[in-house]
Amino acid sequence: MQTNPSIVELLSPYPPGWGGALLSGALSTILISLGAYFLGIVIGLAGSAGKLKGGRAILVILDFYTTAMRAVPELILIIGLYYAGTDGINRLLSALGFPPVEINGFLAAVAVLGIVQGAYMTEVLRGAILAIPVGQIEAASAFGMGPWLRFRRIVLPALMPNALPGLTNLWMSVTKDSALIAVVGYQELALATRLAAGNTKHYFLFFFAAAVIYLMITLFSNVVFGSLEAYFRRGQPKAA
Amino acid sequence: MDFSWIFNYWPLIVAGAIQTLLLLVISVVFGFILAIGLALAQVNGPVWLRGSAKAYCTSFRGTPLLIQLWLLYYGVGSLLPMIPGLRTSFLWPIVREGFFFAAVSFTLNYAAYEAEVLRGALLAVPKGELEAGRAFGMSRWTLLRRIWLPRAIRIALPTIGGEVVLQLKATPLAFTVTVMDLYAVAYKVRQDTLLVYEPLIIVTVFYVCLTLVITRAFRLVELKVPIRR
Repeated sequence: MQTNPSIVELLSPYPPGWGGALLSGALSTILISLGAYFLGIVIGLAGSAGKLKGGRAILVILDFYTTAMRAVPELILIIGLYYAGTDGINRLLSALGFPPVEINGFLAAVAVLGIVQGAYMTEVLRGAILAIPVGQIEAASAFGMGPWLRFRRIVLPALMPNALPGLTNLWMSVTKDSALIAVVGYQELALATRLAAGNTKHYFLFFFAAAVIYLMITLFSNVVFGSLEAYFRRGQPKAA
Repeated sequence: MDFSWIFNYWPLIVAGAIQTLLLLVISVVFGFILAIGLALAQVNGPVWLRGSAKAYCTSFRGTPLLIQLWLLYYGVGSLLPMIPGLRTSFLWPIVREGFFFAAVSFTLNYAAYEAEVLRGALLAVPKGELEAGRAFGMSRWTLLRRIWLPRAIRIALPTIGGEVVLQLKATPLAFTVTVMDLYAVAYKVRQDTLLVYEPLIIVTVFYVCLTLVITRAFRLVELKVPIRR
């Protein structure tokens, strides 16, 4: 892009410029994504364990959860969960006799995106666990390993290569879905950009800058996940 | 739960559903055409074309659709009036609307994802079939039209079904650029009647039903054109 002083001024990280706002927006985008991703992994591990080992009732509930989360548009889920969640917590608090609280926007964003991620994560991890040869798990039991040791030593290292492509896709989609949080009014990269653009009237410049930042997050994540996959696939024969 | 508002709002709901469907159909149809070009460029094109198609796919898949939509609507939209003569031309009433920008950005985005799917499918067509076609003396164009593309599309069909559903789930974003799609109607109902959940539930039911219809339709087509393994 051609540098001319006004663009440099606009994007400079110090107050008359909006670069600082964009960068702190990018930081909160990354933090929201990380939080939601790890919440999703926790939900996904619990959900896949429930789907593989649970009773009929648990199975029905988990099936409803994963189907509903994957069939409804993300925007509607985020708005619905955001309002339902904050409303529900405040109702619960008032029922218990506490004053209503202002829900922290960051935590709400993490929770909402994490619940959506958890549904996809459940399916990814369930598939990856099913792909582990049963004999390996039986061998571990035969050695007298308890469930936790078996999970840590056998299941987890064996499921990672199977799950990583799915996990990579989910990380890519959560970094991009976090932009939807802008619609409920939490200040992350998309909303910061919109404010900067609206204030300066340089719409094209700022949205383009935001797109570049998102692209850099994606490309950097590609490198990280690529080396993770190389690490977890060590010792496996190369695909033809 | 109060659903009595439906009687007052059903014309708006129907109009919104039509807008949603239009956005879906336009982006899938034009996106698919664009994707064929992009996929062929990546598989079979000269180096510069291959590189630019790859760059296109990476950048559209690497940035959020919301940012692409806003870049187009606010960014390009604010630059458009500078084109001399556009404001007075017959195109202006179309180009001024949010719907136009939503349709264009959804199409470009869908094309990037679909091109990636088609690229894999084009490479998955067995070499022997292409060689057989060439042995029959087919020209490159005939080979593409009769064998390569139909086979690739059939291989990609299950994935394409998934992509269409994903595209349907992306359409509510259009409401952020003033398109009166189904979700925007629900938003308006919420503001008019102060009901938070009921409009969202109606919209959700619509999306889920449409998802079921799309998956069923794709399954039917898959059964109609069986694949031999």
